[in-house]
Amino acid sequence: MSDSLLTVEFVTPEARVWSGKAKMVSARTLEGDLGILPNHSPLLGALVDGKVTIKGADGANEEFEVHGGFLSVANNRVSILGEAGA
Amino acid sequence: MGAQLRIYRRRIRSVKSTKKITRAMELISASRIVKAQQRVAASTPYANELTRAVSAVATFSNTNHPLTTESAEPKRAAVLIVTADRGMAGAYSTNAIKEAEGLIVTLKARGLQVLTYVVGRKAVNYYKFRNRAVKNSWTGFSDKPTYANAKEISTELIAAFLKDAAIDNEGVDELHIVFTEFKSMVTQVALNKRMLPLEVVESDGPAPAGLLPMYEFEPNAGEVLNALLPRYIESRVYNALLQSAASEHAARRRAMKSATDNADELIKSLTRLANAARQAEITQEISEIVGGADALSSANAGSE
Repeated sequence: MSDSLLTVEFVTPEARVWSGKAKMVSARTLEGDLGILPNHSPLLGALVDGKVTIKGADGANEEFEVHGGFLSVANNRVSILGEAGA
Repeated sequence: MGAQLRIYRRRIRSVKSTKKITRAMELISASRIVKAQQRVAASTPYANELTRAVSAVATFSNTNHPLTTESAEPKRAAVLIVTADRGMAGAYSTNAIKEAEGLIVTLKARGLQVLTYVVGRKAVNYYKFRNRAVKNSWTGFSDKPTYANAKEISTELIAAFLKDAAIDNEGVDELHIVFTEFKSMVTQVALNKRMLPLEVVESDGPAPAGLLPMYEFEPNAGEVLNALLPRYIESRVYNALLQSAASEHAARRRAMKSATDNADELIKSLTRLANAARQAEITQEISEIVGGADALSSANAGSE
């Protein structure tokens, strides 16, 4: 069931912070909180300072702080471009 | 020990200690190139994703963002020159400065005023020595730039770009960057690129596979582009800084390697000279002794 998982890449200018398969990604955009599940329609959003949560394939939650950044979703591929993610 | 020999020995000693220093610098640079390359590699995923995102927005929206529109009558251009803080890197900084000079001449030929922004103490000194105006300069991080450095530089450059050049003396219509591209351990090329206004479709690295999907924008294409473009510039500046840093280390390693080789050469020829001097001294001493003995024996023979 590989098509029901998201391929997530969380990158900052200085390094790749996290990459792998995930069940869900949630983040806060300029318009408000946003959750992304597999088969989400293509989206490009600007993030505000806050937390990005990635729920990994094993069900474990990973939380990251971002200070601005972007989120792009296409074909079950999520890339989060954070600035100074930790 | 004769004077000649002593002088040769002293020179050999001094060349040897110089060689130790250059050898150490060579080794240090060699290890730092690897680190610098890793940093370039670490920044690529971000740059690729960002390029993808920018081309996606640019393809699917007709927004005319100030950062992508060309001025009909450009008046002023900014040039950012990236050089090293320290010397001992052969022609590394000189090449970048020369490239910049060439670019400035072309810009001036187009009737543009040129504002220079420089990175690295070498370029700062070059401009200071010639009493040329520098709009702003940043030093102290040429061998290990961080993203914060790139951000600081881009913030200022973008601010200058967003000002209207027609009415504001600080505003610029174009932004060029001169840096040294790290092609390989042996090839680094100083080159100039126009950063702003953006040439919208640029494929740095692998082009996004297939067609780009129809994106939805959150909140809207204009806002996303607003937030995206400055990041894009930052990442380009950051990449230029990282490549320049890698090139600097490579150039330094090469310069120090040839310095070490030259020192070896010098030690070799000085050793030969010192040996010859020692031998000459011995020969002279022998002939003096023989001569002295001869004189003595002939004096004795005369007195008998």
